Amino acid sequence: MKKITLSAAVAFGLVAGGMAAPAFAAGEAHVEDFDFPFEGPFGSYDQMQLQRGLQVYTEICSACHGLRYVAFRNLADEGGPHLPEDQMRAYAEFYEIWDPTLFDGEGDWRPATPSDHFPESQLSNAPDLSLMAKARAGFHGPYGTGLNQLFKGMGGAEYIASLMTGYEEEPECALEGEPMDGYYNTAFANGGIPETCKDESGKPTIEGSYIAMAPPLYGDDVEYADGHSTDLHHVAQDVSAFLMWTAEPKLNARKEAGLTGVIFLIVLAALLYLTNKRIWAPVKHPEDS
Amino acid sequence: MSGIPHDHYEPTTAGEKWLHKRLPIVGLMYDTLMIPTPKNLNWMWIWGIVLVFTLVMQIATGVVLVMHYTPHVDMAFASVEHIMRNVNGGHMIRYFHQNGASLFFVAVYAHIFRSLYYGSYKSPREVTWIIGILMFVLMMGTAFMGYVLPWGQMSFHGTAVITGLFGAIPFVGEAVQTWLLGASAVGQPALNRFFSLHYLLPFVLLGLTIVHVWAFHSTGNNNPTGVEVRRASKEEAQKDTLPFWPYFVIKDLFALALILAVFVAIVGFMPNYLGHPDNYIEANALVTPSHIVPEWYFLPFYAILRAFDDTVWIVQLTSFVSFGIIDAKFFGVLAMFGAIVVMALAPWLDTSSVRSGRYRPMFKWWFALLVVDFIVLMWAGAMPAEGIYPIIALIGATYWFAYFLVILPLLGVIEKPTVPPSTIEEDFNAHYGVNDAKATGSAAAAPAE
Repeated sequence: MKKITLSAAVAFGLVAGGMAAPAFAAGEAHVEDFDFPFEGPFGSYDQMQLQRGLQVYTEICSACHGLRYVAFRNLADEGGPHLPEDQMRAYAEFYEIWDPTLFDGEGDWRPATPSDHFPESQLSNAPDLSLMAKARAGFHGPYGTGLNQLFKGMGGAEYIASLMTGYEEEPECALEGEPMDGYYNTAFANGGIPETCKDESGKPTIEGSYIAMAPPLYGDDVEYADGHSTDLHHVAQDVSAFLMWTAEPKLNARKEAGLTGVIFLIVLAALLYLTNKRIWAPVKHPEDS
Repeated sequence: MSGIPHDHYEPTTAGEKWLHKRLPIVGLMYDTLMIPTPKNLNWMWIWGIVLVFTLVMQIATGVVLVMHYTPHVDMAFASVEHIMRNVNGGHMIRYFHQNGASLFFVAVYAHIFRSLYYGSYKSPREVTWIIGILMFVLMMGTAFMGYVLPWGQMSFHGTAVITGLFGAIPFVGEAVQTWLLGASAVGQPALNRFFSLHYLLPFVLLGLTIVHVWAFHSTGNNNPTGVEVRRASKEEAQKDTLPFWPYFVIKDLFALALILAVFVAIVGFMPNYLGHPDNYIEANALVTPSHIVPEWYFLPFYAILRAFDDTVWIVQLTSFVSFGIIDAKFFGVLAMFGAIVVMALAPWLDTSSVRSGRYRPMFKWWFALLVVDFIVLMWAGAMPAEGIYPIIALIGATYWFAYFLVILPLLGVIEKPTVPPSTIEEDFNAHYGVNDAKATGSAAAAPAE
């Protein structure tokens, strides 16, 4: 419609040219409400879950993806995976880091130290995962009402877990047309959709879309030392929790500060209420005084 | 301070007299703090204190953030992550600052709608009102430039959209846009100057706050009845007013503590709820987010901007009459700024002789509709510009202008207001059921039973 194009041009000014994505695609994907221990005002990270998630990241995700904002020392932080110091150091040495100061300024590889960061991805199509759990927390504004986010505590961790578990058989409508590149995923909103899976107005008739990434998890991909279940659902959940921690490492401290602050302010408000009442009493009720 | 007669500061000790003769600063503070304030102020008169607190909080947290932030296109995003991860307490300071913007706008919208309902903008408080609107515009500019600094996807593409608005100005638009950005596109020059201005403007706001307070301290506060304080004598004025300290300071602090409890809960438990997740992706000129949406506090004006496309007859007419100089895009920009200008003109557009909406039976409904309209516009601004939403936005935008340009002038003529109480004291006593005889101080008249 002409009208839509024009109002979009007004709204988006300079960047109108870059707008080609189907506007309704976002929000059509299915994000499941996983239960995470860090949800709600009193929720906090489960140290064991983060350690399991770290294991999944290390053995699977890190083959392609980086974590550029996370330092190895963070793995020993309280409120995180909280690895013992020596384990954290041993883990860091497992990575090779390019150090341009070595070899008389020509640079050389060396084992990572605690102050080094996880390496960046060398693949252009494998985005960095450090902030993914916050960058994919969009369930309000144009993505919906935000009520699921507000009341169920749904966020980016749910999205990642849904994506990991959202690989499914191609829908029937897709088999009718040209074969699609990539893999069908019910949680992925921004990929391509076969023309045969759209109605007359161009709206998709299927949930999700096609993603370039092959299914990274199938279940039983790792072996947990603590004997925790390794089915797809649990492994996906563990790695999502770990990625939530990489995105928001200070979540535990923040919620504690928030709780302290709220309690302090409620007590303060109560005292001020009584003070206010006392001060105004002679003005409002002079007959009592 | 002129206006309501009241007790002034008298230096008593030798030291006070010495200082007072040379610099009457204690007198200034005394007069400011003890200003006679109408005693019937209700709970909508607390937002000023909330705004002052928020401004100070934003400046304090902002100054600390600047100590760790780097205004460079390659480092800005990483330096914000550095604040979030490595700076002691940095994540809290940053979340306070980020959500502080929302607190600021909640308070300023409540403050503005309070003034619109109780006619606080009317004579003799037009100057207070105009300064207030000026501060509102500055606040929006400051908030916008602050949003650019983390250099996320929304920062970058939002800047492109907003500066693109200036590009819509006929003839000089492109030159103005280039001048604003310091380049032909959003990049390092834009980031640097927005950083500079984001640090400067809050102090301008602080200065304007002082002038704003000075202005209404000269005229005296408005109050829910819109009836002026009696000021023939000090005794008469004292029946209508109470000193700001302690009566209103404590009352305002109580309200502030409650509001901050909610604010701290948001900061502590859901600090990113009001923001846009795309801003946790570093700016990339080559990837445009599928929805560019401003922060919630800009949405009503954003909706007005988008409402006028070239299928609207008034846009077509304007374009025709102006030989195409005012096209749909520029019309939208004019409408957005016009929506604020008509607010600024409210003192001269409102023809009613009665100040407070409390005594204007028809005005009440139109005002309530304006509040609903504002919320609808906010919602429409968040939605994609397609389907039913542009039409809703157009109706909303039309009502916004109609309220100020048609309804306010007409109501003054056709409406029959009810009779306000003759004094503030009368209103206050009626509300609290205070007997006049006792209230005036004859405690001895109290009967035994």
